[in-house]
Amino acid sequence: MSKVLKRASLPTASKKSIGRRFKNNYIGWLFILIAAAGISLFYFYPMIRALLLSFQSGMGSNLEYVGLDNYIRLFSDPTFIAALSNTFIYLLVQVPVMIILALFFSVLLNDATLKFKGFFRTAIFLPCVTSLVAYAVIFKYLFGVDGLINQFLLDLSIISEPLNWLSDPVLAKITIIVAITWRWTGYNMIFYLSALQNVDRSMYEAAKIDGASSFQQFFYITVPMLKPIILFTSIISTIGTLQLFDEVMNITNGGPGNATLSISMYIYNLSFEYSPDFGYAATVSYVIVILIVLLSLIQFKVAGDDK
Amino acid sequence: MRKFKRIATYTFLSIAALVSIFPFLWMLVSMTNKSVDVTKGRLLPGTHLFENFKVLFESVDMLTALVNSTIIAVITTFLTLLIGSLAGYGFEIYRSPGKDRIFNILLLSMMIPFAAIMIPLYRLFGGISSSMPFLGIDTLAAAILPTIITAFFIFFFRQNTKMFAKDLVEAGRIDGLSELGIFFRIYLPTMKTTYAAAAIIAFMNSWNNYLWPLVVLQSPENQTIPLLISNLGAGYSPDYGVIMAAIVIATLPTAIVFFIMQKHFVEGMMGSVKG
Repeated sequence: MSKVLKRASLPTASKKSIGRRFKNNYIGWLFILIAAAGISLFYFYPMIRALLLSFQSGMGSNLEYVGLDNYIRLFSDPTFIAALSNTFIYLLVQVPVMIILALFFSVLLNDATLKFKGFFRTAIFLPCVTSLVAYAVIFKYLFGVDGLINQFLLDLSIISEPLNWLSDPVLAKITIIVAITWRWTGYNMIFYLSALQNVDRSMYEAAKIDGASSFQQFFYITVPMLKPIILFTSIISTIGTLQLFDEVMNITNGGPGNATLSISMYIYNLSFEYSPDFGYAATVSYVIVILIVLLSLIQFKVAGDDK
Repeated sequence: MRKFKRIATYTFLSIAALVSIFPFLWMLVSMTNKSVDVTKGRLLPGTHLFENFKVLFESVDMLTALVNSTIIAVITTFLTLLIGSLAGYGFEIYRSPGKDRIFNILLLSMMIPFAAIMIPLYRLFGGISSSMPFLGIDTLAAAILPTIITAFFIFFFRQNTKMFAKDLVEAGRIDGLSELGIFFRIYLPTMKTTYAAAAIIAFMNSWNNYLWPLVVLQSPENQTIPLLISNLGAGYSPDYGVIMAAIVIATLPTAIVFFIMQKHFVEGMMGSVKG
């Protein structure tokens, strides 16, 4: 009704109101000007510069164009291959483990008859308030050779001598994975908890009457209902893991050897630790960009299957 | 069976809660102990708290890091909220197809990994170091500038503006307020909770930021708290008690905000999925 009225009154609108609309449209652009300019300057412009850099090579600021040389170099660079495969191990192990744990917690906490619900929820979410550097340093000490984890495992007689968590290639990766899972599970859980509140409880009642077990309810009601939010959190986690830096830098410094090195840390080393090769570092950084785009598309495809 | 399930649930959740909280308890206890006792695995409060803080502030210069981190986080939060909310409001209130297209393009920047733009940004600030020393490498301004404008906050404010009663804008116009006046005198006061949630996230991001300050801040007098903790942690003979005291100081502001404003805190963290 109001639309009709508006349309009807348009032809008789005074010049003043047309002028005002034009003016408001113009003011609207001013509101977004700083943000648009800032994002162009600090995100899009550097992206273009990085793309140009990725075709150049040389030390420091003495750069020259070398075509695709940097991209070819990637395939025969053992450090890059190590960083890439480490990152994939983190992705394939850590993200699913964390998401399943978070889902599990949220289902347990969604039970209306559960006591101390607020306490459990707050406690599991608490790791999210720490800074990445701070918790990384704490985990470095907890997993040290004479750290508390070893002492605890020795006391329980699970191990007979202290494990070299940080200097064994496999254990070091496990340490990084445990650390990230500790920090982020509660964060994901909060998303699932709020989504679960929108799931109609009568569906569970009906399933119970039909004799569905808790596991069946989980896989046939909870997971399908939470699919969009699971997709969202797995994309966020994937993007986060591809950019992993703070933890690796502060827990293992990429070691032992390059067993825990992440792609972001390799970029940092190439630019600021070794003799700076900004061109090749930019090439490596574009690998992350390509991976983010590809993996996000794949996740969308996988989740959109049954549409 | 039912009872067994109950017990299993509580056991499982209790272990999860303990694992989540333990590192916090450990750092609180360790900050009161001597370094030797921390390595021995002492889990009881000690009497070394005062000495640890003394070392932290006298020989490690925690004060400088604390001041730098506070300056950076406060300015960043203020500017992030101002620019983000102006843009979010602009996109929603003065909606037009052209602006929507720009909005979608700006959102793409959320996919850009920081590692990819870090080197060009470093070179950008390096390039202006000689002509504009106050804005070049190793200045707090350089640490702040690239972090204040993010698509996330534009998106966050736009989503929340959808819940703002647009009649108020018309009412303001009729009352003769300017467009900017409407924003500052009507929109801003009614959106207090949105600003609170955004402020928490912006402050936390800035307070905890590590990679960009690591790249751009080089001299000790520009060090921030994460840089200081990282340096202490990488030392060959770390003083655990002192490091734990530094970590507690780093964690305290976000922990306090979390406990006082839990609702805003969680809301802010989840902001991106709203609407």
